[in-house]
Amino acid sequence: MNFETIIGLEVHVELKTDSKMFSPAPAHFGAEPNTNTNVIDLGYPGVLPVVNKRAVDWAMKAALALNCEIARHTKFDRKNYFYPDNPKAYQISQFDEPIGEHGWIEIEVNGEKKRIGITRLHMEEDAGKLTHTGNGHSLVDFNRQGTPLIEIVSEPDIRTPEEAYAYLEKIKSIIQYTGVSDVRMEEGSLRCDANISLRPYGQEEFGTKTELKNLNSFNFVRKGIEHEQIRQEQVLLSGGVIGQETRRYDESTGKTVLMRVKEGSDDYRYFPEPDLVDIVIDDAWLERVRSEIPELPDARKARYVSELGLSSYDAMVLTLAKPISDFFEATVDAGADAKQASNWIMGEVSAYLNAEQKELSDTKLTPEGLAGMIKLIAEGTISSKIAKKVFKELVEKGGNAEDIVKAKGLVQISDENTLREYVTTALDNNPQSIEDFKNGKDRAIGFLVGQIMKQTKGQANPPLLNKILQEEIAKR
Amino acid sequence: MKLADKTAAELQELIHTKELTIADLTEKTFKRIEELDSDVDAFLALNQEQASSQAAEMDQVPFEERGPLFGLPVGVKDNIVTEGIETTASSRILEGFNPIYNATVVEKLRAAGMVIVGKLNMDEFAMGSSNENSYYKNTKNPWNLETVPGGSSGGSAAAVAAGEVPFTLGSDTGGSIRQPASFCGVVGMKPTYGRVSRFGLIAYASSLDQIGPVTRTVKDNALLLNVIAGHDEKDSTSANVDVPDFAAALTGDITGLRIGVPKEYFAQGVGESSVKAVKDALKVLEEKGAICEEISLPHSKYALSTYYLIASSEASSNLSRFDGIRYGYRTEKAGNLLDFYMNTRSEGFGDEVKRRIMLGTYALSSGYYDAYYKKAQKVRTLIKNDFDKAFEKYDVIIGPTTPTPSFKIGEIIDDPLTMYANDILTIPINLAGVPAISIPCGFDNGLPLGLQIIGKYFDEETVYRVADVFEQATDFHKKTPHIWEGAAQ
Amino acid sequence: MAKMTKEEVIEVAHLARLAITDEEAEHFAEQLEAITNAMELLNELDTENVEPTTHVLEMANVLREDKAEPGLPRELVMKNVKEQEAGQVKVPTILD
Repeated sequence: MNFETIIGLEVHVELKTDSKMFSPAPAHFGAEPNTNTNVIDLGYPGVLPVVNKRAVDWAMKAALALNCEIARHTKFDRKNYFYPDNPKAYQISQFDEPIGEHGWIEIEVNGEKKRIGITRLHMEEDAGKLTHTGNGHSLVDFNRQGTPLIEIVSEPDIRTPEEAYAYLEKIKSIIQYTGVSDVRMEEGSLRCDANISLRPYGQEEFGTKTELKNLNSFNFVRKGIEHEQIRQEQVLLSGGVIGQETRRYDESTGKTVLMRVKEGSDDYRYFPEPDLVDIVIDDAWLERVRSEIPELPDARKARYVSELGLSSYDAMVLTLAKPISDFFEATVDAGADAKQASNWIMGEVSAYLNAEQKELSDTKLTPEGLAGMIKLIAEGTISSKIAKKVFKELVEKGGNAEDIVKAKGLVQISDENTLREYVTTALDNNPQSIEDFKNGKDRAIGFLVGQIMKQTKGQANPPLLNKILQEEIAKR
Repeated sequence: MKLADKTAAELQELIHTKELTIADLTEKTFKRIEELDSDVDAFLALNQEQASSQAAEMDQVPFEERGPLFGLPVGVKDNIVTEGIETTASSRILEGFNPIYNATVVEKLRAAGMVIVGKLNMDEFAMGSSNENSYYKNTKNPWNLETVPGGSSGGSAAAVAAGEVPFTLGSDTGGSIRQPASFCGVVGMKPTYGRVSRFGLIAYASSLDQIGPVTRTVKDNALLLNVIAGHDEKDSTSANVDVPDFAAALTGDITGLRIGVPKEYFAQGVGESSVKAVKDALKVLEEKGAICEEISLPHSKYALSTYYLIASSEASSNLSRFDGIRYGYRTEKAGNLLDFYMNTRSEGFGDEVKRRIMLGTYALSSGYYDAYYKKAQKVRTLIKNDFDKAFEKYDVIIGPTTPTPSFKIGEIIDDPLTMYANDILTIPINLAGVPAISIPCGFDNGLPLGLQIIGKYFDEETVYRVADVFEQATDFHKKTPHIWEGAAQ
Repeated sequence: MAKMTKEEVIEVAHLARLAITDEEAEHFAEQLEAITNAMELLNELDTENVEPTTHVLEMANVLREDKAEPGLPRELVMKNVKEQEAGQVKVPTILD
């Protein structure tokens, strides 16, 4: 490629407060249309906004977690534009004095660490929801109107679709740790727009950027950017110019489609919101919010490596989602070996959640249950193979591993005499296998182990069985 | 028994001695409105049914549970939202609008036991100085039905001047209570910005708007401000300060009070009759022990431009919500969304509103923001500083309310700049945010003139005290327009 | 400061979503030009070191506790709505 891709992301995060940013109407997702609003959300004549204190606390919390400097003096502004989902025809937002600025996060792609700058984090209100019916009109549901939002704008530091993906994952992870949002893209509590431009390598000046919207999953962000960078490259290589456009990623074709051409810059006529007074943040307020920030993923990751001896990669994967990381810690606290707990969570647990499309909290698995099972393996009471059966019970029905093992008679056969009887019988019944083995066919051992496992319902202690089988076969 | 000239105290006396019931008073109020309002055209919507049933119930309330304004009728400017009573701000774009909530001041009127008789005409969205910008009707000045009542609270002032109702609420953004009070010879107070909740006041210019009382006497005015003042958690700009008993401030004593008289308020463009009436008034106040000194408010001449930029900018944004989607007028001519917006709004708004929306949109647009809007905000600081400095030395500032008395309907409606000049003496007060009252202080060819008394932030008490001393020493407030003579009620 | 031309009036009217005829645009341009000319008076003042005033009262941190109150019943939401469908507010479609 002859061009360098410059990417900046704008991420909107809905704060999960009880009430709206500027009104006491409920701020919950999923209600019947137009039942979670009041006269303020509806922009009735004469109504006035009042700022939700927790929303400011949480915006500050998110900004601190993203290493932003907090403005000691901040205010709200009106952004004026007409749209049916914007009832006042202005959105209360922040223009020149955002609550947070000059932040950064660290991402890791293919083992390489990189710092991505965050230009600003500001507070605003969400809009209602407009649905196009396709027969000449649209329908508006104002439930979402006024939900508190933070907008996080990155520096144009991102260079590849993979970095964009990693940046989003990291933002989601950090915000999730702070507890201020559900950060669920499928419910719209996390949304992302991407600004993309190309420039020849070595050129300092940025090229014309396009804005990519309608990116409904992290994968679509990656794919959308991938396609857009190819599209722009083709345009430039064929001597064309990139227009200032808003484009949409079409999931079905995997291509980006023109939505509208931006004429100059949109004239939003920002001005200070006269209905709200300024916000002044003193040391006490700032320190209180700072003290409420829990340990963040990077710190946890470092601790898992230094204190628990996990690999850097494992620690990173485990800490990405807070529920998983919390579960891991509770499992270790319940007595499980950290390495084993990590292997099980990243392996069986995560495979199960993926296959079933579930969250950990949707299952019956408890940290104590998993820790108990890991202990039984370590003690040799059950084999790893049997453990998979126990795990299935734990995840689907709950309970503790010891009870399951007892109830189902899954205890491992580790008695040498008992195992030797099984081996003798198997060898007596399969003379051909002995022959094969002696002719150098190692596979014959596998067959014999399989036969014995079948007989013992998988409960034979594998290393011991192997040892006795070798001894007995040598005698023949 | 004629009730139109009675004060609150006199009406309560009649009620307490059982010569009058609240039900009678309410009925007579509507009769008087019926009799006179076909000439004055002050009211838009009447609330007769609800008011009458409310009045009958209120007569049952024991005397000891009643406050000083209990059971008395009040009219409300039509930009103040009243649940269940059509509220239009005199605009076509809100024709038929039926609010589903009450403004905080309306809740306060109800809590005080006042009977809301109806909604008062105004210039559309409070933009205007003559009431000629109402979509519905032209309110007339009761002193001369060929002249304007002033604006934008023209209906509020005219209804009181006509004796249709003893109490009304207006709103004042650049003089909209004081200028019509002056034109109609009544008492109109614009309280300190933040003194009265704006929740439920249909916003024109948020940083300037303030609701205030219009009455025939200073004392009644103070009583009504007692009812509506106070901090409101629903209005972030409402001040969390104590509310004194304003009526208790009327001590009659202004000995040693220092009055600043700004020379700029008597400059070119201010009519001879206004100048003379105010100078005579100052003599009266000096006789009562006040000390008058000429002062300068050097940035006064910049106030008009500053005001129109700030007010229009805020208005352009405040009025954007009127789009026909959730309430109000909706065009019939629209295929797509853009046409829907454009047609709804251009059919729904009148010319003056459009003019100010366009001026404000222009002043906020990129490339002009610093030169217009921000510049105006900076000059606003200078104007505010003028007042801060003057109030270091003086207790009140006094001048005329308007440069001239009322003018003929239709005379200057097509000349916006001349119309705007009506407010040159009231606008600086809104820009500074301080309180000011207009009280009657003379006549010019049978048309009233107003005296403007300006006070320190949250010192409405001193303003009222001075106004009361002047009122007690003169009888301008006792004069009534000719239309009173033939009225039966 | 620039005078307001007829073209600018048309542009500004569009930004404010006001449909105006050519004739109206001309009329408004005349009036608005007179008004903006009057506004030029402010240029006499040096405001380089003057802070702008948005609020006359010095107030800060007016904040509300995060307590939710039930939303309005839908019939009230729809009370002044002229066109609705399935509990939602109906608007003409966007046509770019």
